[in-house]
Amino acid sequence: MYWNREAETMPMERVRKLQDTLLRDTVAQAAGSHFYGERFAALGLTPADIRSVDDLSKIPFTTKDDLREDWPYGFVAVPREELVRMHSSSGTTGRATVIFHTADDLDAWTDLLARSMYMAGMRKGDVFQNMMTYSLFTGGLGFHYGAERVGALVIPVGAGNSKRQIQLMSDFGTTAMHIIPSYALHLSSVFEEMGLDPRRDTALKLAFLGAEPHSEETRRRVEDYYGVKAFNSYGLSEMNGPGVSFECSCQCGMHIWEDNFIVEVIDPKTMEPLDEGEEGELVLTTLKRRGMPILRYRTKDLTRIIPGDCPCGRTHRRIERIKGRTDDMMIIKGVNIFPIQIEKRLMDIPGVGSNFQIILERKDYNDHMIVKVEVQREIFTGNLKQLEDLRRKIIEELKSDILITPKVELVEPNSLPKTEGKAVRVIDNRERQQ
Amino acid sequence: MISYQMSIFAENKPGRLAKITSILGREKINIRAITISTSDVFGVVNMIVDRPQEAFKAIEKEGMTVKLKEVIAVIIDDKPGGLDSLVQLLLREKVNVENAYGFVLESWKNAVFVIDVDQIERTQSILEKAGFRVLDAEALASAEPFHYMNY
Ligand SMILES: [Zn+2]
Repeated sequence: MYWNREAETMPMERVRKLQDTLLRDTVAQAAGSHFYGERFAALGLTPADIRSVDDLSKIPFTTKDDLREDWPYGFVAVPREELVRMHSSSGTTGRATVIFHTADDLDAWTDLLARSMYMAGMRKGDVFQNMMTYSLFTGGLGFHYGAERVGALVIPVGAGNSKRQIQLMSDFGTTAMHIIPSYALHLSSVFEEMGLDPRRDTALKLAFLGAEPHSEETRRRVEDYYGVKAFNSYGLSEMNGPGVSFECSCQCGMHIWEDNFIVEVIDPKTMEPLDEGEEGELVLTTLKRRGMPILRYRTKDLTRIIPGDCPCGRTHRRIERIKGRTDDMMIIKGVNIFPIQIEKRLMDIPGVGSNFQIILERKDYNDHMIVKVEVQREIFTGNLKQLEDLRRKIIEELKSDILITPKVELVEPNSLPKTEGKAVRVIDNRERQQ
Repeated sequence: MISYQMSIFAENKPGRLAKITSILGREKINIRAITISTSDVFGVVNMIVDRPQEAFKAIEKEGMTVKLKEVIAVIIDDKPGGLDSLVQLLLREKVNVENAYGFVLESWKNAVFVIDVDQIERTQSILEKAGFRVLDAEALASAEPFHYMNY
């Protein structure tokens, strides 16, 4: 039942010792990068000052802004020609963060995914349909190679084209799928349209849900509809991507692989460490990445460590389903969108007033974005066609940036709500609409 | 002779029109004609009122987005073909009509047809040359409408 019994059931004292060793290596490696080289020098810190995990707090946090500022190679700690892969976060404006991997880094990442998928019950002989976007996004390729390593037959179909997805499932006897949860729910309507029932007409038994936060209720719906066991996982491109943390068959929290990452939970306001069990921002340090080590990365994801042992026998601690983000990133149909992106676009369009609001809805298991935009009083000529043109322009501009088509509603100047003088940018109604 | 149409940007939600009419009622402004053109969630309310400048100020003071626009108010015979002769003329002269609506005068003999066109001065002289009577703001203010019709 273990992919790597020794690694997965290693007693915690040994994990800690291993972390000390790996951390020393990682810090020494990181010191060779432009970013950490400068940062350590500014603090008068040398790698020798970090002897164990207890010394970790001497190192400042690394943020996404740091990654953006020392873009693209500032964190690279190996000669450029050692890098064999890049991935990028899915933001499309501003500066996307880029993560580089050496061949060994990819090998270690792939092993973590194989470990994770094996833990959830996938085996050699399974047919794995990867319904996730390939490309710069880490989810597609990460799972792809992990599944191959487990020995599954991989169907690298990628995202979209619902009928073909279902056709492939039935033609090749797909037993495991990797799918965005909202898409899994949406796909159920296509099954119905085709007069098919996944419980009867497919061989599915496993679903890996990823790429967007989802509720326990959504998981249960997916499980009920498809007749599968559905597993939650957690990852972020800065920490490779998927495979950081994964549910075991108990489905009682996600084991976070502490032989590959140092886990901290901090209060996002005071940045002080929190006790085990307290909810805060997850902070992670890579332990096995040579190409681009990252120390104490503030993930902005809110969760807590679940105290106590897991019945599965794995010693690596578990984190709870992610509660949300400390910042305001929106994930719509698996695409990361920041209100600031929308703001930037809108403010460039003549006729757009000062305020706007994003309303997220979930209808028929699909995410919808409504953008309410105040019209600039001065541009109003009394002509409806002019307003319609403005609306069309806004839709086109936003679509070209965020890649999804929002519904745009023009509203009267100063009609949108504000709290304490600040605009209420995002109203997310999706949770209660699932 | 120029008339004024008051155009107000309004969202399609309950109470917007009522707000406009209550402001005008309070200011004792008479509405001669009203049309509303809408998309799904927002629209434009066009009005002919007896005192457009005052109406404009009152609406603007309430924070609404309002515009006074020059339009032409033409008198046509309220009988079959009355409107047609006007429309045919505008077509012949290639005048682009952006919006048009009318109301019938109490006499039942005539209708006032309000047209919002791109070349307002040229259109006026065309109309006058063709013998149409064009009302100015003052004349429009004193005209008593019987009922409204929409086009
Ligand atoms: Zn477990």
